[in-house]
This record gives sequence, structure tokens and C-alpha cells, in this order.
Amino acid sequence: MTHSSELSATDFLPIHQETKPELIARPSLSYWQDAWRRLKKNVRAIISLYLIAALAFFTLAGPIIWNVDPALQDLNQISQAPSLPKQATLVENYSPWSVPVDSSLPAEPDEIVDEIDPVVAFRLAEAASTQTVRLLWEPLSDAGGYNIYRNESKPEGFNDLGLPLASISAGNQVGYEDRLNLKAITYYYSIVPTDGFDEYDQYTSLKVEPMLTITVREALERNILETQRDAVKGSVITLEFHPFGTDYLGRDMLARLMQGARVSLFIGIVAPLIYVSIGIIYGGFAGYFGNRIDQFLMRFADFVVALPFLLFMILFKISFGIGPGESGILPMLLALVLLLWPATARLVRGQVLQIREQGYIEAARILGGKPGYLILRHIIPNTMGVILVTLTFAVPSAIFTEAFLSFIGMGVAPPTPSWGSMCNEGVKTMLSHPHELFFPALFISITVLAFNLLGDGLTEALDARMRSRE
Amino acid sequence: MLSYIAKRLIAGLITIWFIATATFIAMHLVPGDPLMNQKAVSAEIRLNLERKYGLNKPVVEQYFIFMGNMLRGDFGISYTQQNRKVNDIIKDHFPVSATLGILAVFFAALGGILWGAVTAIYRNRLPDIVIMFLVILGISVPSFVFAALGQLLLVNINQFAGQSIIPVAGWGSLSHMLMPSMVLGLGTMALLTRLMRSSMLDVVNEDYIKTAKAKGLSPLRIFFRHQLRNAILPVITVLGPQIAAITTGGFVVELVFAIPGLGRYFVQAVQQLDYTVIMGTTVFYGAFLVLMVIVVDILYGFIDPRVRLQ
Repeated sequence: MTHSSELSATDFLPIHQETKPELIARPSLSYWQDAWRRLKKNVRAIISLYLIAALAFFTLAGPIIWNVDPALQDLNQISQAPSLPKQATLVENYSPWSVPVDSSLPAEPDEIVDEIDPVVAFRLAEAASTQTVRLLWEPLSDAGGYNIYRNESKPEGFNDLGLPLASISAGNQVGYEDRLNLKAITYYYSIVPTDGFDEYDQYTSLKVEPMLTITVREALERNILETQRDAVKGSVITLEFHPFGTDYLGRDMLARLMQGARVSLFIGIVAPLIYVSIGIIYGGFAGYFGNRIDQFLMRFADFVVALPFLLFMILFKISFGIGPGESGILPMLLALVLLLWPATARLVRGQVLQIREQGYIEAARILGGKPGYLILRHIIPNTMGVILVTLTFAVPSAIFTEAFLSFIGMGVAPPTPSWGSMCNEGVKTMLSHPHELFFPALFISITVLAFNLLGDGLTEALDARMRSRE
Repeated sequence: MLSYIAKRLIAGLITIWFIATATFIAMHLVPGDPLMNQKAVSAEIRLNLERKYGLNKPVVEQYFIFMGNMLRGDFGISYTQQNRKVNDIIKDHFPVSATLGILAVFFAALGGILWGAVTAIYRNRLPDIVIMFLVILGISVPSFVFAALGQLLLVNINQFAGQSIIPVAGWGSLSHMLMPSMVLGLGTMALLTRLMRSSMLDVVNEDYIKTAKAKGLSPLRIFFRHQLRNAILPVITVLGPQIAAITTGGFVVELVFAIPGLGRYFVQAVQQLDYTVIMGTTVFYGAFLVLMVIVVDILYGFIDPRVRLQ
């Protein structure tokens, strides 16, 4: 080799590249980018993502938009079915009606006849409203009295007159007032003349459609009107609106569902987050160190797995106690965490045992990586896919557990609503007011469904083996 | 094989000890005291009661007494049901829960294997889509809703028939058991259907299926002899824990259908803080669970010879 002392710094500059070499490669995708790309192709997973976003909106923003107190009881509005907004006409306070009597006729006829004509001119005295329905008719000179019936469908015969309202024992009375629990639906009133005791087989029917009205006093009581001055008679006002109906104490179902969502989703999301984290750390260290430590740690996890889950859920929940005025959410959270961490720990340990033997871990170790660094920087990120799937499936099972415990009365304490405790209340009135069970059950089902579908989608998207199949 | 069984049994015993200890600790953390529900009594009577139940001794001593009694299979006397032994309560009500659970698992396994096989055969065609939709429904809808709907269905059937053909609640004859066990098994059936489907689809691609096809076996024979038999294995593994989970998890169905099972008594005991019944039931169920898992693991060795070799 000759002495080339003439070399200078400029000789070490890179040669200027004239043309770029042709690249034949698709853009590189990281593991997560690729998983996201594959998840986006899965229609069901995307729908479930939108569902979860909608649920989050319902829970977080819902109470701001629908600003109704979920604890407000209104005993006038018990178990109302879901409905559109109702408009009522404001009317005068009720004033009694003196029932007209035709004094030209005797109250009791002189003799009882065998046959009688049907009542004629059966009509309304004034416009029917939900406050009062006032009926008038022409008296029958031979009648000793009248029976009044009310039906919600057109009577199809003598045996189908409906609810008996009154038995009038004066043949000269020509009016009747009905105030019994009137609703704004179609009624069929029927009148049957009697001889004072027994009915003649004649009846006359009248179709009546009462108008939904509210008196000034009632409107003030129910806080629909603020002051007496607002009360303009004949004006149309909007009644309290319960889009999902009300429950057995007249509380607004929508507001309660929103507050219940906070409880159910809080438990359903926070509990898995905590116990999966514990499981990751526990399983990670057990798997990484192996041997003695591993055996000891995993044996303990096995014991916890062996505890009968629901029994211990109940046991732990009462052990941590609920003081007066507390909702019992934290005891339930704690019980879930205490019982469910080992499943994740086992899973993570298995993963770590596999990954530990990989070349890149060895390389990092040779470069001087400490155990904590290796676990946190290399091993756990590589188990993230499996962990994410576990987490997604853990949410519905936690929500189910909460609902289940609240349903048997071991969950959150009243008056705090949760979807489970609302189901518990709703199932008692299932036959007469199905909406009280239907809505909370629907919300539980949708939430569980969304997380399950997302979990399925994630499993497929994160499965690295699927990459090669495309 | 024998040493394996012995090893498993010893591990099982230790697990049961752990369950009992955990139960004891949890029970003694409960605020309030078990004599709280008694009528107001004078100090002497209270002292006597505490002596009767051994509550006046230090907690550690109570623990050893509890453990000693448990070893002899004696769970003590109920606090709230006069002179009724916990053993008797378990003896009277566990068979009810067990019958319900076994029937439920029977329905679940039968349905799960059948539907799973059907969906795998008709993969991505109409039957598959319909059944998998129902499966998702079965997994997503809480069991108490199914229980309520099941009862409603019975009411309607009876109304339609004009007389009571199937009792809506209670316990006794087979007709009592039908609806509750089906409702109880529904969730598990959905789970098993999914498992069976994926297991069937895994097996289809195995070499031995190709070999069987190449040999010219009829599709029906391949299906029953090779595919179904191999695909059933994972289903059997989860069956053991499922039996235990269903038997111990039947509270809701027992409550809704008014079935006098152990689950209902457990809930009642918890509400009344009946220490002995709670501890006895929990330890008993825990032991049952442990035993079921061991039994299934051993049975699994007989069904799948590959496992025995390990």
C-alpha cells in the first residue's frame, strides 16, 4: 500500500446520487397499522365501534342534552308507556255539575213493565275532556233506573258493554258524569234501562273521544306552569315528555337509563382495565423469571381461579360493606378485580414464556437491558394484541356480572340506578308495563353485543397468521 | 395414571383449603354481626348465644374450630333456621340445583354440538348466518331476560291450551324442570356452538380428513368418524367447568322460577348474614367445582389418548 497522505476530508464525502434506484415495495406498515387496516374491512367490527361511540355519547353527553332529574318521582305519572310529546289544553279548575232531573216524571214508575224501548238521544252535555265526560239522555217514563257502562272498543253485544260505571236508581234522572281515570282515547258509553233492579235487554251506545286537558291547579302542581299568571285558559301546553316512559315511581326512564349507563359502563370498563393491568404485571414477571417464582406465583393464581366466582362476588361485596347512602359501586369493582385478575395473568405468562425465547430478547439482554426494561419495552408490547382482545371480551362479562348481581338484589344499592337494577324493578311489572324491563335489557344487550363483535374483529385483525393468508 | 390422579387430588385438597380460608376471612370482614337479626335480647342471653356458636372465642381459635369441624364434614347449625344443620340444608337443596344444572348442561351440549356442526357444514350460507345470529343473541342477552321471557311463554301456552299443561313455577315433576333448565343452558349452548363451529372448521383442514377422502370414504362416514369425533374434544374440556358454573350460577333461574335450589338459599343466607350457611355453601360449592375439573381432566385422558401420553 502506498502512502496516501494527501487524503483530505473532502475525499470522504458521499458521492452525489444521480438517480434514485427504483423501489419495488409497498409502503411499509407497522403491526398496528396493518391490524387497523384489516379491522376497517370487518363491517361488523366497524358497526360495533360506532355503537360503542354512540353509547359513550349517550352516557357522557346524554345527561347534558336530556336535562331531567333521574331521581325525581312523580306519582301522577307512574309506569307511563313511551310516547311522543303530548299537548294538553288548559282548562278551568273543576266545578261540580248538578245532574239534571226531569221532575215531570216520577223517580219510580207506577208499575213495572216487561218490555221497554231503548234510551234515545244519548248524547254529550258538553265537549268531552279527560277531566269529565257529561252524558245526557231522554228519560223513559217506564224505567226505574239506568246502568251506565264504558268500553274501550265498540260493544259487540249485550255482554260486551265493558266496565260498569254506575247503577242509577231513579227513572227520571237524565244525566251522568264520568270522571273515572279518563284518558285521551276512544270510549264507548252504553246505557241500559232498568226497572230499578233488573236490566231490560236494551242498550244504546255512544262513541266519545275525550280531549286531553289539564286544569290550572294540576299544571301548577306538576310544575308545567310556573305561576298562576301564565295560566291562559284554552291555551295548549306541552306536558312532561317521557320518550321512554316512566318507571314504577314515575321517574323518567331515559334519564335513569343515562345515569344507569354511567354505573354499568363505569364498572364494565374500569374493572377490566384494573384487573387486566394487574394480570399483565403479575403474569409478566412470573413468565419472565420462570422456575421457582413462576411456580409460586402461578400456584397462587390457580387458587384464586378455583374460587366459585359468583358466590365470592357476593361474599366479597358484602365483606367490603355498604354504608348508608353509598351506592355500592366500589365494593363491586373491588370484588371483580380481586377475583378476575388471574385469567389475564395466566394468559400473559404463557405469551411471555414464548416471547422470552425469541432472538431479539436475547439481543437486548446482551446489550445490557435490565429485566424491568426488557419486560416493559419488549415483552409486554408484543403481547399487546392478545391483551387488547382479552380486555374487549372482559367488558361485556363485567357488565353481565354487574347486571346479574343487581338483578338478584346484591348489586348497587337503590336509589342509584344501574341497568341491572332497573331490570330487577322492571321484571316485576313485566306483563303490564313491558317497557320498564325492555329498555334496560336492550341497553345491556346492545353494549354486550358491541363489545363481543369488536372482540371478534380484533381477534381476527390482530392475528398475525392472518397476514400471510391474504 | 394413578400417581397422576393422586397428585391432582392432593392439589385439589389444598385448593379446597384455600377456598375455605378465603371464605372464613371474607365472612369475618363482613360488617355487622350474625346475632344482629335476633330480637333484642339481654346481655346474658346474648352471651349464651355467642357461646353456643363459639363467637366469644378469638378469631384464630374460631378458624381452627371451623377447619376441624369441616374436616369431619360438619358445617354447623344455621343461625336463622331453627335447629337446622347446614349439612341438611345442602343435602335437601343441592340435588335440586344439581338436577337443574345437569339437565341444563345436557341441553347446552346437545344443542351446542348439533348447531356447531350444522354451522360448520353450511359455512357462510343461510343456516350458518341464521344460527350464528341467534348465538350472538344468546351471548348478548342477560339470562334473567330469557328467564322472564320463558315464563311468559309458558303463561301463553297455558292460556292457549285453556288449562295448565306446563307449570310456570315450582319444582317437582319433569315438566317443572323443562323450561328452567333450557333457559339456564341457553348461554352455554351459544358458547358451545361457537366453540364447536371453530373446532369443526379447524378439523376440516387436517391431513387425516384429506387422507380419508383420498381413501374414498363416504362423506357421511368422514363426518361422523373423523370430523365430529375430533372436533368434540375441545367442547368436552370446557364442559366440566361449565357444569360447575351452571350448577353454582343458577340463582336467577331459581329465583324467577321459584325453585328450591341451593342458590336461592345462599342468597337468602347472605341477606340474613347466616354465617354458617354461607360458609358451608361456599366451601361445598368450591369443593364441587374443584372435583368437577379433576374428573373432567381424568376423563379427558380416556377420550383423547394423546393427552394420556404426556
